[in-house]
Amino acid sequence: MLMTILRRLGQTLFVLTGISVLVFGVFFATPGADPTARIAGRNASPQTMAQVRHEYGFDRPLPVQYATMMKKLFVTRDLTSYVDRGEKVVPEVFKAAPVTLSLVTGAAIIWVVVSITMGTLAAALRGSWVDRGLMMLGLIGISMPVFWVGQVANLLSQSRYHDTIVFRWVPALGYVPFTESPWGWFKALVLAWITLAILFIGLYSRVLRADLIAVSGEDFMRTARAKGLSPTRVLLRHGLRTSLVTFVSLFGMDFAQLVGGGALLTEVVFGLQGVGRLTYQALTNLDLPLIMATVMYSAVFVVIANALVDMVYIVLDPRVRDGRA
Amino acid sequence: MTGVEPILSVEGLSLAVPRGRTAMLPILENVSFSVGQGEILGIVGESGSGKSLTALTIMGLIDIPGARVTGSVRFRGRELVGLSQRAFRPLRGREIAMIFQDPMTAFTPVYTIGWQIDEQIRAHSRVSRAEARARTVRLLGDMGVPDPERAAGRYPHQLSGGLRQRAMIAMALSCNPSLLIADEPTTALDVTVQAQILELLRSLRRDYGSSVLLITHDMGVVAQTCDSTLVLYAGNLAERGPTEALFARPGHPYTAALLDSIPPLHGVRPSRLPSIGGAPPSPASRPPGCPFAPRCVHDHPACHDSRPPVVREGRQDVACVLPGEGRSLPLRLREAV
Repeated sequence: MLMTILRRLGQTLFVLTGISVLVFGVFFATPGADPTARIAGRNASPQTMAQVRHEYGFDRPLPVQYATMMKKLFVTRDLTSYVDRGEKVVPEVFKAAPVTLSLVTGAAIIWVVVSITMGTLAAALRGSWVDRGLMMLGLIGISMPVFWVGQVANLLSQSRYHDTIVFRWVPALGYVPFTESPWGWFKALVLAWITLAILFIGLYSRVLRADLIAVSGEDFMRTARAKGLSPTRVLLRHGLRTSLVTFVSLFGMDFAQLVGGGALLTEVVFGLQGVGRLTYQALTNLDLPLIMATVMYSAVFVVIANALVDMVYIVLDPRVRDGRA
Repeated sequence: MTGVEPILSVEGLSLAVPRGRTAMLPILENVSFSVGQGEILGIVGESGSGKSLTALTIMGLIDIPGARVTGSVRFRGRELVGLSQRAFRPLRGREIAMIFQDPMTAFTPVYTIGWQIDEQIRAHSRVSRAEARARTVRLLGDMGVPDPERAAGRYPHQLSGGLRQRAMIAMALSCNPSLLIADEPTTALDVTVQAQILELLRSLRRDYGSSVLLITHDMGVVAQTCDSTLVLYAGNLAERGPTEALFARPGHPYTAALLDSIPPLHGVRPSRLPSIGGAPPSPASRPPGCPFAPRCVHDHPACHDSRPPVVREGRQDVACVLPGEGRSLPLRLREAV
């Protein structure tokens, strides 16, 4: 067990180092990215340029610059932005993280519950109009761009029908911390959750349905029916339980990707200052410290999520458990 | 037949599945047989002859959309054809249990063996978890599983093929069914384990009084195990009768050809083992006459008009025109296998 954790930690370290070196290298290889000119401002004199270059350490060899940046990011945590002078990036990321985490977790709960219900129902009633209707809905969900859904949701709830009973409760765009007001937090996020979940509901319910139907042809499903179990029990305890293995691996990747900044569009549309939005800002400003910080944060999440998925796998599938022992 | 009233009596069982928009494709045609109390009946035939589908039809487990089952299946006097799935459920697993070919894939991989046997027990009788588990462990022990307590806690992939099949049989027997349908229970196992499993099946009759419907493609298995034998060819009955009579004097050319293709244990070994030329017809291309006629050495015009009637020939029932023409097959000179 300890060995596994250590190995996992080693892998994490390796992945983080690789990614950070890559981001660092790409940044300095990008033409026009020289931070000196940006920091010094337009038409700066060569003296100012030289001064800035020296102050920020841009005149030192790249490996040294890299090491300094990593030290400032992880050890002293006082890495400052190149764009907004004096702004520390680590607190920025830590301020944005709860927003994204709230958004993605809520959406994930919705999409997991709804897609399992939809997929199972569709598989159980395969070929019926319920099945066709649900899968059509899923397809529509996949086809609608998330920013469009978000805009429409805003349009309806914020302006058009805001005064009707249906949407009167909707607060102005923005984030309310859970610690401040749980109910306010919920109200501020629920539309964003649904918006973000729609795509995944479509995707997951279709995948689950296909998986359940594939599983229903398996020998063990026939055995379960031959045992005299009810169709519901056969479908849920034997079919769904086995299909969950695929579902979980899919979920882990999507969840990590979203927490790491993939929910950018939803964050922008709903005015949430999350990690996605922060990354976007950093990229448009070519602000290396902020880029580095957000990328590192997102990489950490992907690695953690992968580890979690592996653990859930071990719980779900005894065959994997033995493969490890 | 040992009992007076057969446990299972199948009359004119036919199964057709839809093909295209309107046509129905016959899979099983007019199959009749019966299984007596404590009897072991073997159903033999090539792949695609309809053996497994016969079993699944009896169990009401045909789930091909639009499939049509006609004829009659009477189980302890109760008609099963046309029975609703809801009414079928208490029978399945409790009265009629089934063992499948590949014990690797027949257990749900994510639950322990014990859990799955408990599940069947608890589906049919109101017992506590602990009672169910006690019965499971006892059954596994009875089936010759060493250390049954531990085996019950293991997952299917952790057991060997032979142990898995024993567990499968234990599960099938968990509710004391009066009929056990074994669909090629030994095909996926190696020969020594196969012999053990067959021995186990034979002992069931003694210990549990179960009747067994044993589906196989292996004539050797039939000879070792079954009281009577039913030979299926392309969804049609070819021959049925007591095993020793059928082996000693097959009435149908197909049975005879099957027996000829088994290498003899004694005497001169043929340099080339006789085989049946050609392949069985697919359900879509069955001839209107005897389905075996295209491959039969006795093929003649009388075979081509309609399905040959089932006639009594010695101790067997044979679906062939030869006995009617007074041209019965000769007694086999070689010993029964």
